Amino acid sequence: MVDLWSGLSQAFWLMVTFDPELVEIALRSLRVTLSALVVASLIAFPLAAMLAVRRFRWRRTIIALLNALMGLPPVVVGLIVYVLLSRSGPLGVLGLLFTPTAMIIAQTIIIVPLIASIAHQSLRELWAEYHDLLISMNVTERQKIHTLIWDSRRALLTAALAGFGRAIGEVGAIMIVGGNIDHATRVLTTAIALETGKGEFALALALGFVLIGLAVAVNLGIHWLGRTERGGRW
Amino acid sequence: MSKLLPLTVTEAVSRKRGQTLVGPVSLRLEGQGITVVIGPNGSGKTSFLSLLHGIARLSSGTIQWACPIEEARHAQAFVFQRPVMLRRSVLDNAAYPLRIRGVARAEARARAADWADQVGLGALLDRPATVLSGGEQQKLALIRALIIEPDVLFLDEPCASLDGRAMREIEEILLAARDRGTRLVMSTHDMGQARRLADEVLFLFRGRIHDSGPAGAFFDGPATPQARAFLRGDIVE
Repeated sequence: MVDLWSGLSQAFWLMVTFDPELVEIALRSLRVTLSALVVASLIAFPLAAMLAVRRFRWRRTIIALLNALMGLPPVVVGLIVYVLLSRSGPLGVLGLLFTPTAMIIAQTIIIVPLIASIAHQSLRELWAEYHDLLISMNVTERQKIHTLIWDSRRALLTAALAGFGRAIGEVGAIMIVGGNIDHATRVLTTAIALETGKGEFALALALGFVLIGLAVAVNLGIHWLGRTERGGRW
Repeated sequence: MSKLLPLTVTEAVSRKRGQTLVGPVSLRLEGQGITVVIGPNGSGKTSFLSLLHGIARLSSGTIQWACPIEEARHAQAFVFQRPVMLRRSVLDNAAYPLRIRGVARAEARARAADWADQVGLGALLDRPATVLSGGEQQKLALIRALIIEPDVLFLDEPCASLDGRAMREIEEILLAARDRGTRLVMSTHDMGQARRLADEVLFLFRGRIHDSGPAGAFFDGPATPQARAFLRGDIVE
């Protein structure tokens, strides 16, 4: 209990004094995860729409695979990305290992299946509703995908938020590919792991509360921007 | 005169999972006016219209428009029995067909607003289309179909489950469209409506065109006993 209280108070002081180190790693956390989220959404939304609209041979297999990959273990993803990006690996020449970019790549891989699966679920329902109309209007496949994505933007926002939640709290993969280097690749989750290991429970807890606050703030912010639960049904 | 017509249908059949939904049907559609398709439930009215429109599979036979099929598909529209509303505002619903044809947003919206005004939806432009009443939704579906000024418009029971006033408003829109030269093919359950609108009647029975003719002659004395019984209000099976 003492740890919890001192963690809370320390978190409070770290935040009101805008502790520069805290601000730095919190911003890095945000930057890495939001970048991964944007990239993952750009991949996952069109993929999900295509899976809803197009009928091709491996469609069911890919959908099943995406669903299965929602539970992809981050540590394994981190390991694979590490091997690919390491100096002797196929992408070693890019020199990306232990950089924020490597962390973004790993997080993107982790959340694409999650976002795509959730997005596909709602896009499929919308497609069932729109199918006859859009076929009748003779729209091209591109236009179909565009219409579906735009008209289910609220549901897609939820999918993106789920992805954000998974990415911001993730530690296994970014620890491996980022290396938790001070002032370079240290983010909130890896810092928490480090401080816990050092026995600095109060500081670790403080970072933990900041992380929770950050996740909640981003969620609320996006909800407010997207104006969900207001006005229309969608 | 539209470039689509005449439409020549020869022995067209639509099957799904081994079951014949409609056909074989042969007909020639030309000139102006409104063709009304009537017949008992399950006689294949919806499948028949979908088949002509090209959204149901043509299993055998031919459907030949007077122009290439790609052109023909762009010059026709379909109004469903249950209107499909895009999850957008009334204005954006009406503008959608223009937008997918590459019309600039501002112009598409202006034309959509113009159409909406004409049918009395002018005050609802910014409302989400899904919260409209049944009659309003059907009117919106109708202007969304008419906004591309199609040469041929198919309507599948556009007035099903609408009250008298909504029905009258929709009939006015349909007659105005006919007068502008759009060829209409619609199915209906309402014999009063069929008499009011039809220039030509097709009586569908068991997936085939059982009886047909110009509206006057058909309603005065149908050639087949089934059509006679149907017009009398008897149950035809």
